[in-house]
Amino acid sequence: MSKRKTERLLGLVVCLLSTRRYLTAEQIRAAVPGYPEAEELFKRMFERDKEDLRDLGVPLETGVNHPFDEETGYRIRRQAYELPELHLEADEAAVLGLAARVWQRAELAGAAAGALLKLRAAGMDSAAAQQDIEPRLGTPEPAFGPLWEAVRDRRPVTFSYRGAGRSEPGRRELEPWGVVNRKGHWYVAGWDRGRQATRVFRLGRIAGPVKFCGPSGSVKVPAGADVRELVRDWGVPSRDHTAVLRVRSGTGQGLRRDAASVTPAVSPGWDEVTTQFGDVGWFADYIAWFGPDVVVIDPPDLREAVIARLKGVLA
Amino acid sequence: MSALVTSTERLQRLLALVPYVVSRKVVGLEETAAAFEVSQRELVDDLNLLWCVELRSPDPYCPIDLSYEGGEIMVSQAESIGRPLRLAVDEASALLVALRMLTELPGTQDRSALTRLIAKLEAAAGEAASVSAQVAVQVDIHNGEGYADQIRSALDRGRRVHLSYYVPGRDETTERDVDPMRLLVVEGRPYLEGWCLRAEGVRLFRLDRVLALDVLDTPAAPPPEAEHVDVDSGLFRPSESDIHVELELSAEGRWVAEYYPCESIVELADGRVRIVLRTQDTGWVRRLALQLGEDGRVIAPPSLIAQVREVASAALANYAV
Repeated sequence: MSKRKTERLLGLVVCLLSTRRYLTAEQIRAAVPGYPEAEELFKRMFERDKEDLRDLGVPLETGVNHPFDEETGYRIRRQAYELPELHLEADEAAVLGLAARVWQRAELAGAAAGALLKLRAAGMDSAAAQQDIEPRLGTPEPAFGPLWEAVRDRRPVTFSYRGAGRSEPGRRELEPWGVVNRKGHWYVAGWDRGRQATRVFRLGRIAGPVKFCGPSGSVKVPAGADVRELVRDWGVPSRDHTAVLRVRSGTGQGLRRDAASVTPAVSPGWDEVTTQFGDVGWFADYIAWFGPDVVVIDPPDLREAVIARLKGVLA
Repeated sequence: MSALVTSTERLQRLLALVPYVVSRKVVGLEETAAAFEVSQRELVDDLNLLWCVELRSPDPYCPIDLSYEGGEIMVSQAESIGRPLRLAVDEASALLVALRMLTELPGTQDRSALTRLIAKLEAAAGEAASVSAQVAVQVDIHNGEGYADQIRSALDRGRRVHLSYYVPGRDETTERDVDPMRLLVVEGRPYLEGWCLRAEGVRLFRLDRVLALDVLDTPAAPPPEAEHVDVDSGLFRPSESDIHVELELSAEGRWVAEYYPCESIVELADGRVRIVLRTQDTGWVRRLALQLGEDGRVIAPPSLIAQVREVASAALANYAV
């Protein structure tokens, strides 16, 4: 950290906020102490300073005071800079404290803390947040950071992806529309340029780094694209098949809970359970979990799938 | 503040510090240092830096005037930085995404406060709020909703609850009395954290596995040794007495490595992986092996290999094949 740089940046912010007119680089150099004499050095330093301020979210405007002015000037409009007046009730401040804890050690934790600090700077007093409820959002997937930036800045990305059951990862180029967390896993939805179709990817299956492959602002999110819907529908078959099962008495609690009907004691020690399911493969996995306690009577393809799993164990 | 704080991070703090004092008129050094998570010495350095800012236009002047005599900070001249900077996109998004998640949570009793706060923040953040609409969090509330409300009520009234709790690994329903401690939402799932009288320890109960829940008239009294689970270091806590189970998975069976916390994952050829799981009870791994079929194979321990084969044979016998 350089104290001189902090002083110079602070001077720059105050100077540009205090002016209504656009100031040229030369006028800024005259007003803000700390810039070097040498022209080249000054230009480079000034460029970096502008970059730093923009990264902080300072709305630096460029323009000219007169149509005849040749050189671009700079200013910060107060209205664009200042956090609008915000008054929070005690109960709102309490849930705000809870919300700020949600990211805890995850990717956006620093951003949440920064927001809270600004709200406190606006006069908000920190209220005691509830202690008996503790919600957390984790971002263990390394792809979250770059994909969040890509969504925020509307930039296309490329990454290597290992689809479910695929032995080799494949290269994907995506225009990301949004990220969604479903049941604890992060997904990104968008337009897959290679497949020319809308696709959803699970962040945990992205292998290696996510790279930007286009400029900021170049991704257009179509009106009406609902990333939540896209991810909700992804990989969830509707439960429109019926299975008839024999379930040993006193077992298969999980199955019975979701069952359409349970007929007790159809044969000694066995109940009959009728239930709805979506995907044969997925449901066969679930049935196999119960081992000798559940037997598929119908449909035949489910029966065969369970038998295949059990034979696979013995193979 | 450490040496790792960059110039821009410090600038960010300074731009918040001035309005923090201005909005409070007079505020103590100690309280302010705590709010900004810096030492008092670092805070005084910040104040001196602000006070020393000089501009020339064309005559030199000091835009910021302040004092901190007697441990009380006052800003008499804040020039143009008397209000905090607007929320950045990341900042607005972090709060809005978290708040919208809270509105989805079962057992949230402050929906009205949440709705009002979201509207206020959206208005204050302006354009910066729009990106947050591209991030969403869905919480799995399958079968858990009613229970979460009951748990919140039990927590508020300090009551013990009775649970019928399903343990899939043993395909067993257990009956337990639990003194609730917190309602957690971790990895998208709601949990009851409580002192389980049967296990004599703090346990987490997934709400989607609760089959029935009654709030009892008995007051909840978790013993002093009942400590909160550290939700930030993961819910799975390995223990000395764990059994190490080694599995080899095909590309089709890789989901296991995503779903269960693994001690180690070794990539093999053709998308296959070898993983090591740690567990107290191998019953569920036996069931897992059955559902994996040829897509997963137990490598160790040998006793588990034998059990898996035995159960698979028994299950196949049901089909008389």
